[in-house]
Amino acid sequence: MAKLKIEILTPEKTAFTGEADLVVLPGVDGEIGILPQHIPLVTKIIPGELMISNNSKQEFLAVGDGFAEITGYSVSVLTDMAIEESEIDTNAVEKALQRAEQAMSEKLPPDEKAALEAAISKSLAQLNLKRRRI
Amino acid sequence: MPNTREIRRRIKSVKSTAQITKAMQMVAAAKMRGAQQTALAGRPYAIILNRTMVQISRHTDGALHPLLEERPIKKSLVVLVSTDRGLCGPLNTNLLREAAQLDAQSTDFVVIGRKGRTGLKRLGRQIIADFELKDPASFRDAKPIIKFCTDCFLNGSHDAVSILYPRFRNTLSQEPINQQLLPIASIIPPSDEKGLSALETVISQEEMTGPEFIFEPSVHDVLSSLLPHYINYCFFQMILSARASEHSARMVAMKNATDNAKELIKRLTLEYNKVRQASITNEILEISSAQLAMS
Repeated sequence: MAKLKIEILTPEKTAFTGEADLVVLPGVDGEIGILPQHIPLVTKIIPGELMISNNSKQEFLAVGDGFAEITGYSVSVLTDMAIEESEIDTNAVEKALQRAEQAMSEKLPPDEKAALEAAISKSLAQLNLKRRRI
Repeated sequence: MPNTREIRRRIKSVKSTAQITKAMQMVAAAKMRGAQQTALAGRPYAIILNRTMVQISRHTDGALHPLLEERPIKKSLVVLVSTDRGLCGPLNTNLLREAAQLDAQSTDFVVIGRKGRTGLKRLGRQIIADFELKDPASFRDAKPIIKFCTDCFLNGSHDAVSILYPRFRNTLSQEPINQQLLPIASIIPPSDEKGLSALETVISQEEMTGPEFIFEPSVHDVLSSLLPHYINYCFFQMILSARASEHSARMVAMKNATDNAKELIKRLTLEYNKVRQASITNEILEISSAQLAMS
């Protein structure tokens, strides 16, 4: 069967490129599984985990907000964060999470609150990925 | 006639200046490479983002979104991207000259960088916000700035937002340019990066005739979250371009300074040798005339 070409891009760099038999994206209304020959699709993605399966070997990445553009033979993910499982530093993320949650408990203007919420959901995405796999 | 010690002292001071400028040139060169690489690393992202924008433009009437709304311009907001430090040739001067040409009454400024702030104050312009941006710039740091500008546009206090920044053309030339950011003039983004534009037109033509895309959750949902993202990204690219300009301008300025110092050292050395020679000749003259008188 033909394979999907997957690329994960952040504004700063190309985080991942490779081939895949199956890609699972964290979509707005739940997870979306993409197989080759998928109908062309543009979708929003939310902070969560992205699974890439190639030759029944699975790879996981924590991703942030963004978009995915899917054609029958390629998946391009645009996001502001993409961290491979092995690169997640649990301690650092936990600390960041604590700081953010502490800041949340204070009174804040709404836009700062939104930014913090985004940061928290990104941290949680990383932690969940790491914990689930242990 | 200046004495030799004086000239020696001047040579020494010029030499140490040359050393400093040489070092700054090296640092700027290294930073410039970094800045250029960051700008290049974002390119695949830009291509996909553009492609998605083109796709969406096929499916929706962009005029519906508030960020695309064109109003008569009563007051405009200009983001001036300057540098924190000087010694980068005519970069900031050129920017400020451009800024001075804008109408003082109907223009408010948001500044990034210390040089721009002091310059605008001198010109007596209205500064409504002042941001600091680290070097190298990160996407996250750029976000609050653009958030501020978008808010100004959306709440109606300003009818247009543009970015005044030194666009990087090549190492030797940077031009100050005032690029409109809001309202987004056309949903298909123009590109100012060399090489990218040609590539994009090929892609968009091919995509225009390609298969229909479906959108999740809906076209409008995607559009309304893609547009702010797109603005963020455009802005970030401009910042990167400005940073590359800054470092290359500094490198060139410092190279000129080093060259001038070297030239000066050469001239001073010549002078020094002349003076030294003259004093030796004088001495010999005195000795031989004394000998002549004795005999």
